[in-house]
Amino acid sequence: MNWDWGVVADFMPYFWSGLLTTLQALAWGTLIAFSLGLVWAIAVRGPAFVRWPVLGFTEFVRNTPLLVQLFFLFFVLPEWGPTVPVMVAGAIGLGLHYSTYTMEVYRAGIEAVPVGQWEAAHALSMSPRRTWQSVILPQAFRRSVPALGNYVIAMLKETPLIATIGLMEMLGEARAFGTETFRFMEPYTVVGIAFVLVAYPASLLIRALERRLATH
Amino acid sequence: MDTPQSTPQDDPARPAGDATTPEAVPGAGDGRREDGPELIRFQDVTKRFGELTVLDDLCFSVYPRKHVTLIGPSGSGKTTILRLLMTLVKPDEGTITVDGEHLTHEERHGKLVPAGEKHVREVRKKIGMVFQQFNLFPNMKVLRNVTEAPVHVLGLSKDEAEARARDLIELVGLTEHIDKYPTQLSGGQQQRVAIARALAMRPKVLLLDEVTSALDPELVAGVLDVLRDVAHSTEITMLCVTHEMSFARDISDCVMMFDKGRIVEAAPPEQLFGDPRHQRTRDFLRSVQ
Ligand SMILES: Nc1ncnc2c1ncn2[C@@H]1O[C@H](COP(=O)(O)OP(=O)(O)O)[C@@H](O)[C@H]1O
Ligand SMILES: [Mg+2]
Repeated sequence: MNWDWGVVADFMPYFWSGLLTTLQALAWGTLIAFSLGLVWAIAVRGPAFVRWPVLGFTEFVRNTPLLVQLFFLFFVLPEWGPTVPVMVAGAIGLGLHYSTYTMEVYRAGIEAVPVGQWEAAHALSMSPRRTWQSVILPQAFRRSVPALGNYVIAMLKETPLIATIGLMEMLGEARAFGTETFRFMEPYTVVGIAFVLVAYPASLLIRALERRLATH
Repeated sequence: MDTPQSTPQDDPARPAGDATTPEAVPGAGDGRREDGPELIRFQDVTKRFGELTVLDDLCFSVYPRKHVTLIGPSGSGKTTILRLLMTLVKPDEGTITVDGEHLTHEERHGKLVPAGEKHVREVRKKIGMVFQQFNLFPNMKVLRNVTEAPVHVLGLSKDEAEARARDLIELVGLTEHIDKYPTQLSGGQQQRVAIARALAMRPKVLLLDEVTSALDPELVAGVLDVLRDVAHSTEITMLCVTHEMSFARDISDCVMMFDKGRIVEAAPPEQLFGDPRHQRTRDFLRSVQ
């Protein structure tokens, strides 16, 4: 089979739509993963009745496949509640799953803040909320950025899973296009290159950020 | 105990107040009448870490505007006293009052109940602390290190807090470093910022825990000069742990010698350094010279 630029041109409209879906799911997933992970990380430092349920839940989520979680969110959950749009289910699935990883990143970042910082805030009578906000989280966040960035890239590479619940991201579009036209080489190649074109600059950005944070 | 306990005055576990009352410490002046009631009072305070009794039925008082220095061998419980005042640890027995208020309990409907977080924070506002390791906030510039708590804890406006901070930063001689991050400063400079940060809260009492121990020798003098300045030019009460005996002699109204969680003797610096009563004190002073 020969490479056919005409096929590439035919695929491009589908590709753009798929790319947009991928980036949207990634953006929402990242937002959810970053904020929910932070909530988990702070919650596990709370009282036992908060700590243990959170630890149990996150451990469960981390140790079950993302695919199963996506199926659950999209096919099982609506049996009890309202049907959620597929983008919402996809973003929540990705975000929730990765929040259990970002949680560990934040936890490590928080634990790396020296105990003297807590004591200094305490000595200045800062409230717990103020201590987190002004002292602990800014320092923990700084240490967390590189590892968080790596999870964004990992999440990007897992976005094709959302096609299984019908959310047409890049790879889903490529497969649909292939099934229709019997041309797989061009769409899959385009999508493969697109992943590299998104992921590689992103990882460069993370490394630059890492260097910047390290020097300051 | 290797100290004689023949008279009540020699008893390290003497009753509350004795250690720094004017009677026991003539150098502290007519403290009680002039300065009103004690600012800090430890009464029968015992603190254990597991099997280890770190403070043993400890009683002492500190009067307003006095500068009290704690000396004694490592592990004798000096830091623990400051940490109790800072409510970083809780006493197992006994009571601690600051400015007449219980540190670990509060009054509700006429009854003493264990203190809530809010009460503790209110009482603690009267106390400032400077740590051995400075513990400046590395994510904030010098100015914000000093304004952060006044703004968010005391509720000062940003302008008020900055005006106050600039004065204090000038007092500690760091005006040209006001826009730097702590990591850009030497240890001595960081410690001076930490002093300014503590003073910005206008505490009634300043706790200092071996504030020069982590410093390179050539930086010690600068920090001690700042503290001498603070001691002589302000009304602040100081409770100070130090191994710098000449500094202790300069600023103290009373020096308390600690050993094994008890006060061995407490006296004005001229007496304690010049003519210590106890062998334990003499041994200790010889060892640090
Ligand atoms: N959090 C703690 N847990 C267990 N032991 C402690 C703790 N803090 C202090 N200690 C012990 O209490 C004793 C007194 O410590 P400290 O008050 O720091 O003495 P100093 O400041 O006079 O050197 C030491 O033996 C120390 O090991
Ligand atoms: Mg100590």
